[in-house]
Amino acid sequence: MRRLKVTAALAAALGAVTACGAGTTAPGADSRSLSGQVVEVIGPWTGDEQLRFEQVLDEFEKSTGAEVRYTPAGDELPTVLQTRVQGGTPPNVALVAQPGLVEQLAGAGSLKVVSPEVEKAVTEHNAGVWKRLGTFDGKLYGVHFKSANKSTVWYSTEAFDAIGAEPPRTWEDFLKVGRAVVDTGQAAVSVGGADGWTLTDWFENVYLRTAGPDNYDKLAKHEIPWTDPSVREALETLGELFGDPRLVEGGGAGALQTEFPQSVITVFGDEPKAAMVFEADFVASVITTSTKAKVGEDAKFFKFPSIGGSQDAVVAGGDMAVQLKDDQATTELMEFLASPDSGRVWAKLGGFLSPNKSIPADAYADDVTRELVKQLVDAGDNVRFDMSDLAPAAFGGTKGAGEWKALQDFLANPRDVDAAVQRLESEAAKAFGR
Amino acid sequence: MTTTRSPAGPRPRAGGVDPTPGRSPRQALPFLLPALVVLAALVLYPLVYSLIRSFFDRAGTGFVGIGNYVDLFTDPRTLTAFKNNVIWVVVAPAVVTGLGLIFAVLTERIRWATAFRLVLFMPMAISLFASGIIFRLVYEEDPARGVVNAVSVGVHDLFSAPSPYPKAQPRDGVPFTAAEEGFTSTRTYAPGSSVVVPLAGFPPNRLPEGASRASEPAVDARELRGVVWLDVSVGGVAGALDNGERGLPGLAVEAVRDGQVAGRATTGNDGRFTFPDLADGQYSVRLAAANFTLPFRGLTWLGSTFITPVIISSWIWIMTGFAITFIAAGLAAIPRDALEAARVDGATEGQVFRRVTVPLLSPVLLVVFVTLVINVLKIFELVFVIAPGSVQEEANVLALQMWQVSFGAGGDQGVGSALAVVLFLLVAPAMLFNIRRFRRERS
Repeated sequence: MRRLKVTAALAAALGAVTACGAGTTAPGADSRSLSGQVVEVIGPWTGDEQLRFEQVLDEFEKSTGAEVRYTPAGDELPTVLQTRVQGGTPPNVALVAQPGLVEQLAGAGSLKVVSPEVEKAVTEHNAGVWKRLGTFDGKLYGVHFKSANKSTVWYSTEAFDAIGAEPPRTWEDFLKVGRAVVDTGQAAVSVGGADGWTLTDWFENVYLRTAGPDNYDKLAKHEIPWTDPSVREALETLGELFGDPRLVEGGGAGALQTEFPQSVITVFGDEPKAAMVFEADFVASVITTSTKAKVGEDAKFFKFPSIGGSQDAVVAGGDMAVQLKDDQATTELMEFLASPDSGRVWAKLGGFLSPNKSIPADAYADDVTRELVKQLVDAGDNVRFDMSDLAPAAFGGTKGAGEWKALQDFLANPRDVDAAVQRLESEAAKAFGR
Repeated sequence: MTTTRSPAGPRPRAGGVDPTPGRSPRQALPFLLPALVVLAALVLYPLVYSLIRSFFDRAGTGFVGIGNYVDLFTDPRTLTAFKNNVIWVVVAPAVVTGLGLIFAVLTERIRWATAFRLVLFMPMAISLFASGIIFRLVYEEDPARGVVNAVSVGVHDLFSAPSPYPKAQPRDGVPFTAAEEGFTSTRTYAPGSSVVVPLAGFPPNRLPEGASRASEPAVDARELRGVVWLDVSVGGVAGALDNGERGLPGLAVEAVRDGQVAGRATTGNDGRFTFPDLADGQYSVRLAAANFTLPFRGLTWLGSTFITPVIISSWIWIMTGFAITFIAAGLAAIPRDALEAARVDGATEGQVFRRVTVPLLSPVLLVVFVTLVINVLKIFELVFVIAPGSVQEEANVLALQMWQVSFGAGGDQGVGSALAVVLFLLVAPAMLFNIRRFRRERS
């Protein structure tokens, strides 16, 4: 029961912080109960994000007295984590962006099922879809702490003003605005095709809208093959855009040489060559760090357009906290991460979206983030996790192979839908068959 | 070896300690032990374990026999990697050894030889990873960032000026079609009529300074007149001369009759053009292709066509210094009198180089070459860094494939180990060759 008291004290303390806006936490009666205990956390965040996440962890340290050590693993997190697990020195908590990896680790018995308190918090604060994403074999293993809204198209207000365009709501309007942009000598969109994951995100957004969430779930599990007519239809829709070299900056060949950060600079840099770029909310941070454009003024975003009257739907990504040990300090850290209190700390610092609907809108740093979160929370159960992150890494996460390469080949030759679906299916069959 | 050379040495006392050290293996063992333990732990154990691991599945528990090797030799990605490795081995070490030889011989003659060699050796001091990033930028496609394309575009534009209106084209619905010579009207016009050609696809803010508001010219019975303008404005109607839309000055227009150019005109600041003295008849109007040709943007170096040569070129830049250093050292050891004798006998410098220097240097050249072959077989960082994701498959090499299979793509360390074993087998002959060579030199 001691634990419950601590949580209560923690919640009260944090409540006090937000109420008075001060930065210090008055320790509660029981708050130093975990002093001397060490919790190791492995996460993907480096640089600025690391500093911000460490502030979240500081909050936990302050209120419990436990010591938290954060190890940044960057993009190599799956490798680092697997090696640690195999070597018999797992961290206490890991933040994993690939549900497929969580499933694998859960299946191997490396993960602990979360405590009932955590499960209660997850149910209470999130849409049902997030709980399902962390559930394997009927047991909840993961808590989504940070998420990404991958259904946003960012546009240059200058380019839109030059043609008097409004943010399009449907795919037809989107193409129409694109053609109007082409008249002014710019390309409609810049595509970062040298990075395969941008293309999987394009495909997933189109597929979620043309084929619907149910088919999306089936395709994600490879219950329907990639040669299914629904995949074909999605690729044909995407081909309406990719197939017109005037709409895509540099045409397909040029896009394949463009990496994601460059695709953002192409739209918002000093010499803009395109009007729109599609990717997740983190486009905003690239704009801020690499260009002079101001997010919210020069750079705005709209929802990925609806196709054929499809409902609001969001393709999301996210980092799931899982626990590999079940000592008291670890369990309490998981509770902290599942509660709105942890997210609130980072939300205030910016560059953070949470699927936790109990974090009030005014906790976020700016209007753009508020709008991004609103879309994510509003879409409710129409949120789908990034399909390529759900697939085995050999298919959905390898540079120059699997889905990445198949879609890059499609971008190079968007008319050949047949070849694309064949290749996707053969790669998927190989990766899922293992 | 030592025992054969000293048959007359004293016999070891039975059971006692050998008075002459270095003869008894039993005595040598304690001294060798530390090195042997380190070798076994760091070299032998991983080697044997990789071999064993290569016969087990992904999880490392199920025995699959040679299954991983079959997988490996039927996977098109591995086969591409093989093919690229062959290209690397055939081209790269030979070129580097050749360049190294040439530079070493040439620098021997100049005054600042050491400084020169130092400069050429410098790339060796940069990590391969950093060199990769440098070359990634050097070969970048956008001439504003990639120096190779910047130079090629600069040279190209010296000889042919860029066109004034790249990418502009007539609006849809206008009776013009794209032909090789330019946009040609699908209908014909007689003198006395007026041709309106709305263009789109060009930024209004990039029009020349003098461009003025476009308007349709008055009809004159003897002349064929018209206007070409940029039909782009906020709230404008497609195909209509809206307020604020300006003409395209300096555009070459041709009047064509029966395939022959009957007249040429250039548009004025308001976009108007006039063919003053055309004979009666029907003419089609053509906007010459030279107005619209896309600017030369250089080559796609990092595309699937050039990627392997491009990466090889950067490796050559890095490794030439290494070859020069070794060959120059070999060169210094050549007996001068052999060269002098050849010169006295009337050999030209070319003959001295081919008949004397190269044969005398051949042992060194061979060692350099073989060392480079080994180095090339394990090439990894350069390919990983330079090749963009979209062409990584085309640029793939065995070492990179090994890493990707083991750690990148879902971690199948069984197949990864099999690749490691294959790579080892490929490197082994070159290593044995080098070892035997060193031994022969010592004895």
